Amino acid sequence: MTNATLTKAAPTTESLTTASPMKAKAKEIDYKPDVKKSARASSSLGADSNKPVTVKMGVYDLDLYYKDFQALNKINLEFPENQVTALIGPSGCGKSTLLKSLNRMNDLIEGCRIEGEITLDGADARKTIDVNSLRRRVGMVFQQPNPFPMSVYDNIAFGPRTHGIKSRSDLDEVVERSLRDAAIWDELKDRLKKNALGLSGGQQQRLCIARALAVRPEVLLMDEATSALDPISTAKIEELVGELKTRYTVIMVTHNMLQALRVSDKTAFFLLGEMVETGVTDDIFTNPQDSRTADYVAGRFG
Amino acid sequence: MNMRLDTVYETGEGLASSDQIDALFAKVSQRHDARRRLVSVVLRGSVYAGAALTAVVLAFLVGYILIKGVPYLTPSLFEWKYNSTNVSLMPALINTVLMALVSLLLAVPFGVGSAIYLVEYAKRGSKFVQLVRTTTETLQGIPSIIYGLFGLLFFVTALGWGLSLFSGACTLAIMILPVVMRTSEEALLAVPDSYREGGFGLGAGRLRTVFRCVLPSAIPGILGGVILGLGRIVGEVAALLFTAGTIAQIPNFGASGLMALFDSARTLAVHMYVLASEGLYINQTYATAVVLLALVVLLNLAATFAAKKMNKGHKDD
Repeated sequence: MTNATLTKAAPTTESLTTASPMKAKAKEIDYKPDVKKSARASSSLGADSNKPVTVKMGVYDLDLYYKDFQALNKINLEFPENQVTALIGPSGCGKSTLLKSLNRMNDLIEGCRIEGEITLDGADARKTIDVNSLRRRVGMVFQQPNPFPMSVYDNIAFGPRTHGIKSRSDLDEVVERSLRDAAIWDELKDRLKKNALGLSGGQQQRLCIARALAVRPEVLLMDEATSALDPISTAKIEELVGELKTRYTVIMVTHNMLQALRVSDKTAFFLLGEMVETGVTDDIFTNPQDSRTADYVAGRFG
Repeated sequence: MNMRLDTVYETGEGLASSDQIDALFAKVSQRHDARRRLVSVVLRGSVYAGAALTAVVLAFLVGYILIKGVPYLTPSLFEWKYNSTNVSLMPALINTVLMALVSLLLAVPFGVGSAIYLVEYAKRGSKFVQLVRTTTETLQGIPSIIYGLFGLLFFVTALGWGLSLFSGACTLAIMILPVVMRTSEEALLAVPDSYREGGFGLGAGRLRTVFRCVLPSAIPGILGGVILGLGRIVGEVAALLFTAGTIAQIPNFGASGLMALFDSARTLAVHMYVLASEGLYINQTYATAVVLLALVVLLNLAATFAAKKMNKGHKDD
């Protein structure tokens, strides 16, 4: 699909793990020529409170139907670049549905119909962007860790191979970089040839994050990515998300309100297919404007 | 909100009290435990007996054939050319392997291909899928002689291929197609959707997702279908009498190239049938059965090995 070009890393595009030197030659592998230069440059800057916030993805007047059932009703929401946005709300409120619309995983569901607009860097994600390239740019981590039944190495290399990286040395670089970025390299570097299904749940989930990072996405969607994990694995992944946002835009669905509070910059509260309220996370939790939001974040229902 | 709380703490009036239910348990449990123990022993016994009986029958069958047949496994039985005094099984053995190979080459790509279409491409649960499924299930239940009759009318007569290895292989391929297809379909359906989501989520297209994420996990199941098909091919007599004939010679590829596939060819099972019905060489028939048994085991091992190899190739590259 694309040609792999190896370029010297500019200081600003240095990844987050420069503390642990990877190899003598610090190479950055860049294979997304379809991304605008400006977007690329800004995405490599850290989250800086002085910097004006740009909208990475946006959802405008979105209605979504499963056959006759309306699952989402006139949703308007913007996801700022290099921030973590949390979607919260009780089960069945449509937050996962919205998340899956962002990389068009809902297309796979029979009878799912969407009206309204979804944008990525201002471009219509459903009309002007090819679905496979959209899913490469908007990666996803699922609720249940779902590594493929193959080796750790092949799991990570699957995405890059899909998008045209063939040379072994390039793949080695991508695999190591992705595993390091997902903070699991040290645990897995001696087990690259082992089947990924033999890892613990927490390791599998971080492997899946590494696998998602390996196709160099711009946005990372996390669908309750820690709900199947123990507290220690959860803490590791939360810490990881905090680091990832310097490079990626993260959008996460969570049932754990404390997690939303700890990790996210922006929060949106959903109820019965409607977005009730959105704003800076601290405001949503300490000073909600809507009584339903107040009840939910106080744990009075949900 | 308040409604909810009320519902949760609503008291059940008219229900038995906790003490009453405790008393009920105390009364019932002793009698019940004794009965449960008895049932458990009886059931366990019958399960063991079933397993043992199956093993004994199988062991007896194999043992009987081996005892009757092994002493007559003489070198003359393996002579290159068959004649009515050495009753060599060599041509039939080679024909059986050829027949299995050609039939599988025809049936497996079509069977697995249509299964992939039905599971991965067609709309799940659509009328068309239902129709195909019902049809294949029906085809699975048709006696082989009917496939033979069809082969005779179509391949042998209408297409003019004569009684030949190829007519037989085509007939057998049609016969095992439903088996291969249904088992492949089941195997694909058993692959968790999370693998598909993983593939699509990384921006892989449907083709790549199916072949790299889904199919590898389904291979053991597909192989089960292939082995079932193989068993039917190797053991088939009726359909082949109509389509492949009974001439006990190896197709002469040296002289006529691939056209030799249009020679009549007797497989081991047909060979056994002919020997047994002539009644002159019963001991040699048992010896032939020993070879057929060994061949089936060997072919199964080969198929398992091939599947492992395929899976490995997937893991390594």
